[in-house]
Amino acid sequence: MALSGLDIFKLLPKTNCGECKLPTCLAFAMKLAGGQAKLEDCPYVSDEAKETLAEAAAPPIRGVVVGKGDREFKTGEELVMFRHEKRFINPAAIGVLISDTMSDEEIGAKVDEAAKDSWERVGQQLEVKMLAVKCESGDAVKFKAALEKAKASGLSIMPMTEDAGLMGEALGVVGDLNPLLCCATAANLEAMGGLAKEKGLPLVLKGEGLDSLADLAEKAEAMELKNLVLDPGTRNLKETLEALIAIRRGALTAKYKPFGYPTITLPCEETDDIFFEGALAGIYIAKYSDIVVMSSAESWLHYPLQVEVQNIYTDPQKPMAVDSKFYEIGSPGPDSPVLVTTNFSLTYFIVSGEVESSKIDSWLGVVDSEGQSVLTAWAAGKFVPDVIAKFINTSGIADKVKHRKITIPGYVAQISGELDEELPDWEILVGPREAGDIPTYLRNLVSG
Amino acid sequence: MAFEVPKETTDSKIREVPLGTGDAAVKVGGENVLPFYLFEGQMPNRPLIAVEVYDDNPQGWSPVVAEPLSDVLSDPVAWAKKAQDEWGADLIALRLKSTDPKGDDKPGDQAAQTANAVAEAVTIPVIVYGSEDAEKDGEVLKAVAIATEGKNVVLGPALEDNYKTIGAAAIGYKQTVAAKTPIDVNLAKQLNILLSNLGLDVGNIIVDPTTGALGYGLEYTYSVMERLKLAALYQDDGMTQMPLVADVGVESWKAKEAKAPAADEPAWGDENKRGVLWEILTASTLLIAGADIVIMRHPDAIKTVRKVIDTLMG
Repeated sequence: MALSGLDIFKLLPKTNCGECKLPTCLAFAMKLAGGQAKLEDCPYVSDEAKETLAEAAAPPIRGVVVGKGDREFKTGEELVMFRHEKRFINPAAIGVLISDTMSDEEIGAKVDEAAKDSWERVGQQLEVKMLAVKCESGDAVKFKAALEKAKASGLSIMPMTEDAGLMGEALGVVGDLNPLLCCATAANLEAMGGLAKEKGLPLVLKGEGLDSLADLAEKAEAMELKNLVLDPGTRNLKETLEALIAIRRGALTAKYKPFGYPTITLPCEETDDIFFEGALAGIYIAKYSDIVVMSSAESWLHYPLQVEVQNIYTDPQKPMAVDSKFYEIGSPGPDSPVLVTTNFSLTYFIVSGEVESSKIDSWLGVVDSEGQSVLTAWAAGKFVPDVIAKFINTSGIADKVKHRKITIPGYVAQISGELDEELPDWEILVGPREAGDIPTYLRNLVSG
Repeated sequence: MAFEVPKETTDSKIREVPLGTGDAAVKVGGENVLPFYLFEGQMPNRPLIAVEVYDDNPQGWSPVVAEPLSDVLSDPVAWAKKAQDEWGADLIALRLKSTDPKGDDKPGDQAAQTANAVAEAVTIPVIVYGSEDAEKDGEVLKAVAIATEGKNVVLGPALEDNYKTIGAAAIGYKQTVAAKTPIDVNLAKQLNILLSNLGLDVGNIIVDPTTGALGYGLEYTYSVMERLKLAALYQDDGMTQMPLVADVGVESWKAKEAKAPAADEPAWGDENKRGVLWEILTASTLLIAGADIVIMRHPDAIKTVRKVIDTLMG
């Protein structure tokens, strides 16, 4: 929450000593509010004022780091209720539940499967981030054995037990991996919070509804616990969604400090119907859950969920772009058609999909249009003859094909003459306006 | 201190649009809250699932979705009845693909007879979409409007290029219009204004803001729907207060990731479940963004999304 210059002025010594190189404390306060001065420039500011100002500068939802190494992740720090207002910042992290009552083989297989849930899409690595290892046996030996197996995966770990004694045992195995302890409740906060505090570990607070969660968060703050994750304790879609909205609104709109932390949901505990579980996860990803734990590690479930996270967390101001280069669709050879389009990820996906479905091996040239679609890029001067010509001339495509024909999108038919002049060795063909017509076009092109 | 959820109530609401007539009549819209924010307002009508039916015996579909429909793919009337009786469709969304000039190019009159036969065979309202060829759809949907007079079907999509023909047919034969624009708040508003200037009651318009499936522009449709709903509810912008329709089935099943066999893409896993989840996620996400109607295809996806709506309306 930003403070005004006058708010800040009240916290300053009001001596007008001038050591900050400004004539008055008020002038200094105004500069501070505008971000043009630093608090350290005032040698006489009180510790209390420092704390108040630091708190005011802190994000309304705290960032919490979970894990250590390849799949550590940061969660929280969200600033808006709606993604179009700015963007959602730290992508929702997806976890997989492991129970210590499963057999060694089952645990091993599920851990391996989760570790393999990793895909590259539009230049981003999408992956399952966390294993939630739940002690259902009540047996420290089994819990630790399951944690050992999970630890070997390299994923972040969330040990799950409400028994602080068992959690202490778990930390003997994964304590140095910055695990997310799950969870502290009203009944065990002192002991569980003590473990988290001792090692500086992130901790899930599980309430029984919003009031008890708020109460728990206030008590945890009083224990000086900072890296908290909130679980409202609801275990059905309607109540969980309402709780997620209330927590995000509480933190951002009402500036309600106890809710200024990331949230966790557990669709794995809300249903036994895997499609429905997927739908729940899909809804929680869109509406404010920062960590989502699933019952299964299967890739058919996780790949679509990861794509949704990618979609929802895309910066609406900055379209996703694919690399500018020639893509081989199928196994193109020296006689295969050559097409060009822009590097807006959707344009690329749709055009490459249609070329692929035509079953005609082709070279698809993707020009750097700063992530804009064909018409927008043309209007902005990013997909114009000299840019396209430069791309063709530096791409090396002339060495890969024997013919000299390039197809451009139908929406920019008007540039074909000028492009012809820029590329005297090439014949410019005008393709269809809509990607859906590409298969017919390509079939005619190769048969004609 | 007990926590009070900050409420954001409003006096504005989405228009309640009647679909169908007589026993088939239902209403869509009417909510004065963001989707399922029932702690601060009401949704008098639940969001509806419209089940896709084609009139051209569609070919080349992924077996994952073609298999459960195999006994009805070639018979739109049987397909519609099955959707209503077995899958619990709230609406039928008939697509007259047979009229596509790039395909079979069947005349509008013939397709209109199919549309009427489908509407006669079911007791739920019907949406009739053309082949999305702007010119041909004008002719086709006019014929549909005449053939189904008195049934209050939804004709669409009305585009910037053919809204006059479709709008006039809807006015003349008392039908409803789905107005489609390419993922843009202002274009959606503008087409609503054009249709209302034509004389169409704004209470007979639903808006199709164009659907991007999961992985293919979902985030654009998501934000356009959210922005339309926010403008409707919190800025009382009358030209954004139409119920929204998301065209989920057709777009989801275009995605390579929904269709590709695991044999081709082993890292993506079991295609039998993957494609269904692709459709479920597209539909549920857009329901949360503001869709009042989702048009869907796969019976298992329909079942799951129905469960989502049931649970949220609780």
